Amino acid sequence: MTLFLQYAASGVATGCAFALVATGFVAIYRVTRVVNFAQGVFAVLAGMLAFSLLGWGVPHILAEFVAVVVAGVSGAAVGWVALGRRDTTPLASLIITLGLGIGSYAALILIWGDQPISFDGLKGNLLVGGVGMQAQYVMVICMTGVAFAALGWFFNRTYIGRGLTACSSNPRAARLVGIDVHAMGLVAFGLGGALGGLAGVLLTPLQPVAFNSDVGIAINGFAAAIFGGLLRPGAALIGALVLGVAEALVAGYGQASLQSGAALLIMLGIMVWRASRASVLTAEEDNA
Amino acid sequence: MLEVRDLVVRYGAATALDSVSLRIERGEMVALIGPNGAGKTTLLNTVCGLLAPASGSFQLDGRIVQVPEGRQLFGDMTVEDNLRLGAWRVRDRDPARVFGVFPRLSELRRRVAGTLSGGEQQMVAVGRALMADPDLLAVDELSLGLAPMVVDDLADHLLRLNQERGMALLLVEQNARLALQLCPRAYVLEAGRIALSGASSELARSPAVQVAYLGGATDEAAT
Repeated sequence: MTLFLQYAASGVATGCAFALVATGFVAIYRVTRVVNFAQGVFAVLAGMLAFSLLGWGVPHILAEFVAVVVAGVSGAAVGWVALGRRDTTPLASLIITLGLGIGSYAALILIWGDQPISFDGLKGNLLVGGVGMQAQYVMVICMTGVAFAALGWFFNRTYIGRGLTACSSNPRAARLVGIDVHAMGLVAFGLGGALGGLAGVLLTPLQPVAFNSDVGIAINGFAAAIFGGLLRPGAALIGALVLGVAEALVAGYGQASLQSGAALLIMLGIMVWRASRASVLTAEEDNA
Repeated sequence: MLEVRDLVVRYGAATALDSVSLRIERGEMVALIGPNGAGKTTLLNTVCGLLAPASGSFQLDGRIVQVPEGRQLFGDMTVEDNLRLGAWRVRDRDPARVFGVFPRLSELRRRVAGTLSGGEQQMVAVGRALMADPDLLAVDELSLGLAPMVVDDLADHLLRLNQERGMALLLVEQNARLALQLCPRAYVLEAGRIALSGASSELARSPAVQVAYLGGATDEAAT
């Protein structure tokens, strides 16, 4: 039982990191209707950058903070390229993000090489409800909680947050009231980048990252995001936690190499389920 | 207030507006009537800056704000959010000034806009436009899908806004009877051209308007 709880706890922690990536997908998709396939790269970039900054003697927290900000800025830059001219279709933008994601491998390898890298997070163990947990896991969970609370405040209580929601709710009306939907798309991409970056700096001490780790991160984040149809951050959080725990249990009792398989299976299952009620969904959207 | 000169707007090869000229004085109420697809909404979107004209020009003295066809609310957001977002371009985001015009919206402020009745939604749409402090309010199909009593109530509100605040109004309508009653002057747009224009009372008496827009060749509609 203790073993099970330990697996579950580590699953919740990685699930939290997936949730951050997933929320990045959701934030970008809601505002721009673009699936950002470069979403995993921001996590890798931030993790590697934090590694370098720490190596240069920059203290913790500051190093992670800078890495997250840089990830956010690169998110906005990816958005700027992907959204392109005003009438670029979401599909074209999606393909551009895919290209940028793969292209980024070259830059990552040139700067950090092709070997996985990692840095130390919080040391030691904490006893939570009788279960020994690595302190870093607890930190990931707490930071995710903070990030979600901050996002909730941003989207619900600030004017620019309501503006972002408005772009998602009715882009035409948003343009009519004078909201620059294109600029809001860049804000969303920046936010997505920062969320991915936060996941990256939290995960890197737990799982070393290499230039191509973005695939696994993005697959898990995307799988979690489609729980909520790419539109609902709350559902994405639940999806991410389910996914994290399921993968930890698969790895714990089965084989670690089957982890991603679990994510893909769950994603496939949801897609089949959603497709089977697609007609209902479109009817709902037409009414909305 | 608004002076449109020889405006031409094209969608690809199709000409939506063909040399349209139109004029609205400060504080005036003007109707724009015409059949579906005549280019009424295109004209509106062009003077609101959403479409670029192929040639011709328009001069706008003040701020024009559009109440779009089909209302185009932020359906999953509250009435208050909808109103506050209407003030995106201006500094004052307090919806109290709209509650003064539509007290009913004050009662509905916490409701999700998409769950309201059609008339209430149209009220929110007009209220959202008022939040941007328009000098000229352009209403696209005020009456669409609404019961006659609800339309009359909304029309009264628009009339009051015009009389009390001197707000100019451009009413784009398929319901020609309503438009000609409410606005003293009107333009008839057909196939991208201004077919007729003049005082509403005279237009309502003209046989062409009666047959095409008022549903008959009798004199009843003019009264």
